[in-house]
Order: sequence, then structure tokens, then C-alpha cells
Amino acid sequence: MSSKRISNYFFILPAVLIFSTFYIYPFFKTFQLSLHSWDGIQPTMQFVGLANFKDLFLDDKAWWSSMLNAGYITLWALTFQNIIALILALACDKALRIGSIYRVIFFIPPVLSEIVVGLVWKWIYNGDYGILNHWLVSLGLGSLASDWLAQPSTALTAIAIVHSWKGFGWAFIILLAGLQTIPTQLYEAAYVDGANAWRRFVNVTIPMMVPVFIMVMILTILGTMQGFALILAMTGGGPAGHTEVPVIRILNSMKNSQFGYACAQALIFGMILVTISFIQIRVSKFLKQE
Amino acid sequence: MEKIKRILSEISIHFLPIIVAVSCIFPLLWMLSSALKTQQTVFKDMSLMPKVAHWENFIIAWGKGGFSMYFLNSVLYTVLVVVGIVLISSLAAFAFSRLDFPFKDFIFYVFLAAMMIPLPGSFVPLYVLLVKLGLANTRVGYCFSMINVGLSLSIYLLKTFFDKLPRDLEDAARIDGCGRIGIWWHVAFPLARPAIGVVTIYNTLNVWNEYILALIILQSKNLMPLQRGLMVFQGAHITEYPLLMAGITITIIPILIVYLFLQKFIIKGLTAGAVVG
Repeated sequence: MSSKRISNYFFILPAVLIFSTFYIYPFFKTFQLSLHSWDGIQPTMQFVGLANFKDLFLDDKAWWSSMLNAGYITLWALTFQNIIALILALACDKALRIGSIYRVIFFIPPVLSEIVVGLVWKWIYNGDYGILNHWLVSLGLGSLASDWLAQPSTALTAIAIVHSWKGFGWAFIILLAGLQTIPTQLYEAAYVDGANAWRRFVNVTIPMMVPVFIMVMILTILGTMQGFALILAMTGGGPAGHTEVPVIRILNSMKNSQFGYACAQALIFGMILVTISFIQIRVSKFLKQE
Repeated sequence: MEKIKRILSEISIHFLPIIVAVSCIFPLLWMLSSALKTQQTVFKDMSLMPKVAHWENFIIAWGKGGFSMYFLNSVLYTVLVVVGIVLISSLAAFAFSRLDFPFKDFIFYVFLAAMMIPLPGSFVPLYVLLVKLGLANTRVGYCFSMINVGLSLSIYLLKTFFDKLPRDLEDAARIDGCGRIGIWWHVAFPLARPAIGVVTIYNTLNVWNEYILALIILQSKNLMPLQRGLMVFQGAHITEYPLLMAGITITIIPILIVYLFLQKFIIKGLTAGAVVG
């Protein structure tokens, strides 16, 4: 019998082998490398203790401004993107028959890759030949036309808007699914009690949707903070680092043969993300108990 | 009066959704329109419908632009990785759901934890590992890395599905003398078709749209998939917009076709992935 139990391992063996080689080993390697200075080529690496972390916290302004850039895009995603997604979900929840057509269309951007979306929008934003500036000129607003992705003042916002364009379909689908689980009896009861549409929204919809809101927020924050391919396709991090985000900094450290430093950046960034999602989960548990 | 009010409220409900829907589709139409213009007209002709549609741009992009190679690479990687994930994860999920062995729960929780903990810079040590194994810049290295990416979530989705399946059929198969492997392949695997569909679709989109590992692992042009090829093409031919847009169109056509036919499953699969992961 026990030999049969052991032979059951055969079923998970391929998964465990691949997972330990390509996930667990790199996971622990990150900790080891972060304590070393290494160019990625030489056979030996130099132990430097916490020096990489010291540099990161004290001397690396570009790193922290990349964190702020990602935070800025995340704020757009949390407000602009998710509020539009919520309004659309409310509208489609009411008009369910036509709602399914909208659903198909709204989910097209999330199905496309970040590279594709970035390159198409880069062309739309193009300063000399882009359709956006062409429209502005034909509307008589030519003074507003700009080289959107080359100007430090507009590049990051331009990216944040495209990010929201690509991402709102997710939030829309999850919010709509949440709205449809609210029992109609609750609305009917509120209606009988004389609550108008606004009161029904505030007293029925919002409280029932709190867990969904929190889930959408967690997904938005984690997804947006780690996004970067869209930016690589649109600006490559430019102009002059104004649209760099943490993952692009990590990639650049790697390109500059600073493998130890890249791992220190990755670790700190990972810890920040874990902390954020931990706080949000605690908050949602707390709200559920209320 | 009542009727007018109703029509007005209908319009107000549909106002924003229609605007947003147009904004979702317009960039794709503009992409197609630019792909059909020439190198000269693309900078001057701002109409959505070019007077002469230059469909030959697609042939040039496919041939001289190298997109046929990128396309075949993408197809190859997608098929290999998805088949690998489906087989490996359904074997493991079957074991986690039905069989008994020491440390079963612990091993399963390790897979779960990997799904929960974000590891944004894991490509750095992964690259170091692949160089050591001699797998950097190889198809094998890329495929194994991508199988690993999809493994945890797929095991989780299939295991929860197996847990809900009744065991009667498996018991019947066992009485008929079917071994564990036979039960997995002849009974559990076919019964899990809905969940395997979700896993297949989720991972297909994931591999087709993947960029970062292709960037880190693959340096030779003849190994690159589409997303990587697009970036290389736009770096080398920075102003050749018609060909670039034709290349992008080639990249998204298979995805759009699959999406329009299977959109219910795709939406289900992708949201399942997001909610768990």
C-alpha cells in the first residue's frame, strides 16, 4: 500500500520539477543575488551585504520617481477607469438585452496585447501625423495639438489614459457580474418602502457591492503597478525617464549588467506589492465583519 | 409625454456605452486603415476609408517584414506550451484531488502561494538560470518558462473542478480494472472538458500576448514570437507605418477570431484567472 502511495508522486512529478526549477529556484536566487555585486558574466560574484539596498533607499532617485510614475498611472486606473467601468456596468445591468453586445465590445481591448495596444496608440498620438492632432486642428483647437508622448508634461497622462482604455473592460465585467448577483427582492423591498432610485443605489447597491469593489481595487493596483509592456511600446520610458516604471528600471539594471542591484529592486518592489494587497485584504475582512 | 420621457431615459442610458464602444473599436479601424495606405499617403490621407486599398502591404509585411516567421513561432510556442500545461496540470490536479501521498496539502499550498505572491522581477534570476542550463536563446528554454507561468493557476482551476465531480464513474472504471493513469486519461480528463476549455483559452491568450520572457530569453530573430517581432520591426523601420500596422493586424486577427467565436468562455476564463491570481 505504501509503495502505491509513493508511486502517486508520479502524477505531480512533472509539475513539481518544472515548478521547482523555474519558480522556486529563481525565487530564492533573488535573495542571494540581491546581496551581491555581479555583472551576470563573471564566474564569481562579490558579496556586498546590504549595500544594494542602501544604494536603493538613499541614492536612487530615479527608482523612487519610477514608483511615483506607476502610482500616478494607478490613480488614473482607480478613479477614471473604474468609475467609467462602474457607470457602464450600471447602465448595462438595466439594459440587459443590449448589454451583451456592449460586453463583447468592451472586452476587446483586454484581449489584445499591451504591445499591440501601445503601438497603435503611439500612432494615434503621433505629434506630426497622428489622427488625434489632426482632429484637434479640424475642430479649430490646433493650439491644443501636441507631441503627446514626447512632452514630459503630457507623456505619463497619455499613457495612463491608454492603460485605462485597455483595462476598463476587466473592471466592467467583474462589476457587472457583481451587480447581477444582488437579489431583486432587495430592490423590490426598498421600492415598496418608498425609496427612490438614488436611495436604492446608496442603500442597496453600494453596500452589496463593497466586497466586489475591494476585489477590483486590489486587482487594479497590483496589475497597474506591475505593468510596463504598454510603456515600452509607447515611449520606452522616455522622454528622459519621465514615464519609467519600476519594472523598466529593473530591466535597465539588468541591461547595465547590475544583476545584484536588479534583484534588490525586484525584492523591494515585491515586498511593497505584498504589503499593499495584505492591507487591502485586512480592510476587506474588517468591512465584512461590520 | 410619458413616451418622450421613456425615450429620453433610454437615450441617456445608452449615451456613454455607445461612446465608449466606438472608442474601443476606432483604434482597430484606424490600424486597418493605416495598413492599407502607402508610405506616402499614410501621412497625408486622414480618411478612415483610403481611396485605394493596398492589400499588398500584408503580403510585404508577411514576407519581407518577417512576420510569417514570427507568426509561425507564435503558433508553435502557443501549441507546445498550452498542450504541456493542460497535460501536466491535469495530471497534478487529478492527484491533488483524488490520490493520497505524503505532504499532499503542503505541496498544493506551495503552488497556491506562488499564485498569490507577486514576483515582478523574477525574470532576472530566471535568465541567470537559463544561461547556466544552456537554455537561454532557445525554444526549449522559452517553452518551459512559459509552461511554468501558467502552471499554478491551471492546477488550481482543474483541482477545484475535479473536487466537484462525482466519483461514481471513476469507481466503475476501477471495478472494471482501470488503473490510476487509465482513470485520469479515460474518465477524469474527458469529464473535465469545461474546465480544460477555460485553462486552454486562458493560457492561449497568455502565451500569444506574452512579451517580457520573449524579450529576456530570445535574442535570435528566427526564434522570436509576434509580440517581440513587432517591437524589433518598429525599432528597425521606425517610419514605415503601413507595414507596421499590417504586422499588428496579422498579430491580432487570430485572437479576434477566437474571441468572437468563444467570447463567453474567454470572458469567463480571463476573469477566473484575474480573480484567483
